[in-house]
Amino acid sequence: MRIKWVECAALSVMAALSVMTGGGSWFLALALGVTLLKCLLIPTYHSTDFEVHRNWLAITHSLPISQWYYEATSEWTLDYPPFFAWFEYALSHVAKYFDQEMLNVHNLNYSSSRTLLFQRFSVIFTDALFVYAVHECCKCVDGKKACKELTEKPKFILSVLLLWNFGLLIVDHIHFQYNGFLFGLMLLSIARLFQKRHMEGAFLFAVLLHFKHIYLYVAPAYGIYLLRSYCFTANKPDGSIRWNSFSFVRLISLGLTVFLVSALSLGPFLALNQLPQVFSRLFPFKRGLCHAYWAPNFWAVYNALDKVLSVIGLQLKLLDPKKIPKASMTSGLVQQFQHTVLPSVTPLVTLICTLIAILPSIFCLWFKPQGPRGFLRCLILCALSSFMFGWHVHEKAILLAILPMSLLSVGKAGDASIFLILSTTGHYSLFPLLFTAPGKKNLFLIGWKLSTSLAWALWKSSVNLYSLSPPGS
Amino acid sequence: MEKWYLMTAVVLLGLTVRWTVSLNSYSGAGKPPMFGDYEAQRHWQEITFNLPIKQWYFNSSDNNLQYWGLDYPPLTAYHSLLCAYVAQFINPDWIALHSSRGYESQAHKLFMRATVLIADLLIYIPAVVLHCCCLKEISTKKKIANALCILLYPGLILIDYGHFQYNSVSLGLALWGVLGVSCDWDLLGSLAFCLAVNYKQMELYHSLPFFCFLLGKCFKKGLKGKGFVLFVKLAGTVVASFTLCWLPFFTERAQALQVLRRLFPVDRGLFEDKVANIWCSVSVFLKIKDILPHHVQIIVSFCLTLLSLLPACVKLTLQPSPKGFRFTLVSCALSFFLFSFQVHEKSILLVSLPVCLVLSEIPFMSTWFLLVSTFSMLPLLLKDDLLMPSVVTTMAFFIACATSFSIFEKTSEEELRLKSFSVSVRKHLPRFTFLPRIIQHLFIISVITMVLLTLMTVTLDPPQKLPDLFSVLISTELTSANPPLLLRKTGPELTSVPIFLYFICGTPTTAWCAKRCHVRTQDSNWQTPGRQSRTYT
Repeated sequence: MRIKWVECAALSVMAALSVMTGGGSWFLALALGVTLLKCLLIPTYHSTDFEVHRNWLAITHSLPISQWYYEATSEWTLDYPPFFAWFEYALSHVAKYFDQEMLNVHNLNYSSSRTLLFQRFSVIFTDALFVYAVHECCKCVDGKKACKELTEKPKFILSVLLLWNFGLLIVDHIHFQYNGFLFGLMLLSIARLFQKRHMEGAFLFAVLLHFKHIYLYVAPAYGIYLLRSYCFTANKPDGSIRWNSFSFVRLISLGLTVFLVSALSLGPFLALNQLPQVFSRLFPFKRGLCHAYWAPNFWAVYNALDKVLSVIGLQLKLLDPKKIPKASMTSGLVQQFQHTVLPSVTPLVTLICTLIAILPSIFCLWFKPQGPRGFLRCLILCALSSFMFGWHVHEKAILLAILPMSLLSVGKAGDASIFLILSTTGHYSLFPLLFTAPGKKNLFLIGWKLSTSLAWALWKSSVNLYSLSPPGS
Repeated sequence: MEKWYLMTAVVLLGLTVRWTVSLNSYSGAGKPPMFGDYEAQRHWQEITFNLPIKQWYFNSSDNNLQYWGLDYPPLTAYHSLLCAYVAQFINPDWIALHSSRGYESQAHKLFMRATVLIADLLIYIPAVVLHCCCLKEISTKKKIANALCILLYPGLILIDYGHFQYNSVSLGLALWGVLGVSCDWDLLGSLAFCLAVNYKQMELYHSLPFFCFLLGKCFKKGLKGKGFVLFVKLAGTVVASFTLCWLPFFTERAQALQVLRRLFPVDRGLFEDKVANIWCSVSVFLKIKDILPHHVQIIVSFCLTLLSLLPACVKLTLQPSPKGFRFTLVSCALSFFLFSFQVHEKSILLVSLPVCLVLSEIPFMSTWFLLVSTFSMLPLLLKDDLLMPSVVTTMAFFIACATSFSIFEKTSEEELRLKSFSVSVRKHLPRFTFLPRIIQHLFIISVITMVLLTLMTVTLDPPQKLPDLFSVLISTELTSANPPLLLRKTGPELTSVPIFLYFICGTPTTAWCAKRCHVRTQDSNWQTPGRQSRTYT
């Protein structure tokens, strides 16, 4: 009976909120609408990530801290930074009221209906932070033109693009992950930087890094921007750097913030001398260049080229069949692998490629800062470069570029058209996450989602182009 | 319409909601030996594919009528046959005679859900979109909001995609009929409506308004000239469409009679199961089924139904107009639902469709009614494990209507269309100015009651004794040691309270409409395609 009480409580809260939307607040209506859609997605297919998070709930609840990064009963070991582990620990205290059995480390692949309900509701509930962050971002988008139509206001368009982002819906509420509140933290830190509250922005980003280290992809943008636009308090009239306006106080306070957050996160593990183990879990370079499903990045093309060349080479008898390794990159396994024709790629190579790719945008951010908007551009470029050239990149990382791009797309028509292409292809590339053998019904869901997102994107961009671009631009 | 892409997004949203609801359980899932409506539809595919037409409606060793015998008109059978051909192509095991009884699998569920979606997409959704586009004197944004609300109506989604039925086909065809006759395409409209009646016989609830409206049109055109020609053409269309659908059954008298016997089971009694109409509600106090003999029940029900729908129909015949037509559809369907014989819970959908059509004119009352109509089907939905989708879709519908039409701000007498009613009451009671406030309070009370009843039904078990529910609600002095629990089976009776209220409000509404239609014989509220548009967008 308990589970029905919880369901009823959650739904009663939403019912109360929905009565409040009778007052006509479109933001609340959008947020509630997407929350209701998330509730409808509860019985959909969920991936192994569901088991991953259940396992982490079990590990953090049942075992002492010293065991968290050593526990390996399940193949899904803890590979997120400590703050996320503490987050799972907090969740586990609520989970025990739903189903005690899910917190047993040995209950592999345990997925009772209560477990499912708890996990799904926890994602929906933590998305509240994402909703708040979107609300803050809307404040940063100014509608310079007086738009009478609600659907032409940049705030409305941005809210729809962010709240109803289908990539996030697919990854979080079907595939199952907790990206909602993490992106909420990122968007909130961006919003704070727009609002010139730099310390808060820096603090939020530092916290975010210790929740999920994938955000290291965009750390250079933050670092350079804060150094250039916050530590140097003034510019020369032509926009170049004024060296004597450097503020040590600001630099030290930034450094202190980051240091304190890191200390809070990694401190306990430093005391236990477990840092190397933690880092080996966080950065598993043994996993191979590409994930099981290839993220559509440069290395996917590289691997494909290698495969094509090896086939051609075999056909033309240029290669010796005995020298070719038997395991194939296309078998869907996650492992390290040597290329046959083209030179093999090491993590260092990918790092160098990534650095080269982000260098132009970093230079621009340093030498010609354009305020928060320039920072946002640099952030998106860092995310995209890391996606393109990174080691063991997951498809989900494209969301790191799509979500901040939404903020830019409501500003300029050119950005809107780029966003259309990026979001369509990015969301399309997420579909392999949903395919399972008996999951053909998802095919329909996918089809509709694709069409919906396309329609949305088309509509949004068209509206943008109509309403925001002055004639001749 | 410039904003076609907004409409596309609305349609896609409706489809997404429909598909996510269809991921849940269906009627009779995993419940042998009889299962439920899902198994009935699968069984009909089996019967129509494997047996010759002459045996479809007859009891035989191959066709046991006790196990989900066909009880819808021939068009449903033809539709099942079409689905069966597709099923045969994909997996013959699904419709193998006898051996496929109770067949359940994920692939089969996907197939069945897909058939509902395709039928919906081809018939119901285009009709809704066209209806909203043809509305006049409202902005484009309001048209799109209207389409969103109609497409999000939870009752139809939950019954078709949850419980499992094909109501969208018959309702969609009826809607095409409404569109046709409102836009002066009378022959096509009546053809569509005849097809709807031949799909599900419950569409007869809508038949009287169609008849009166078309008759009124004939009268207006003059019985001696064009009117007579129109009448003959319409009669010909109706006869032709019925003949076409029933052709295989006209070969023998016994065939036609047997089909009619299956369609109208008058032996079954005044009502079955729990349904939110007058008979069921009254039977809480007075066991009508035991007091009146069977044939008297039929006569009483017939007389009351006729009495309640006569005023509206007569007015419509004398002053036909599309707006009056829609309101008459509402009141006739509601009369049939409340007073008719052997009404099923799902028949509320036949009332909901016309109410959706008047959503833009009286948003507050329509939204209220549509919420209550969904709630009235709650026991049925709970049996199918559809609590979460039903609550979620109801809330989504409420949010959509509340934000689209700002229903809480539009509760003046003028907007509720109750001005003539309150004016006539004020002649006797000068102080009667608080009608809108009464209605607002009643709405809030009804919403709270629905929420509480849902919570109680789901979380608490019914007690052994039967508490007297109406007195609990009506007289607040009644306090008992037992909390005012509600038995699951008496839940629906309570919903007839708001429906009663709607009925009470509905009659003055109809009278007002009739009076209004008398003033303006040309309804400027309808935009006929092809003519010059006078809308302001």
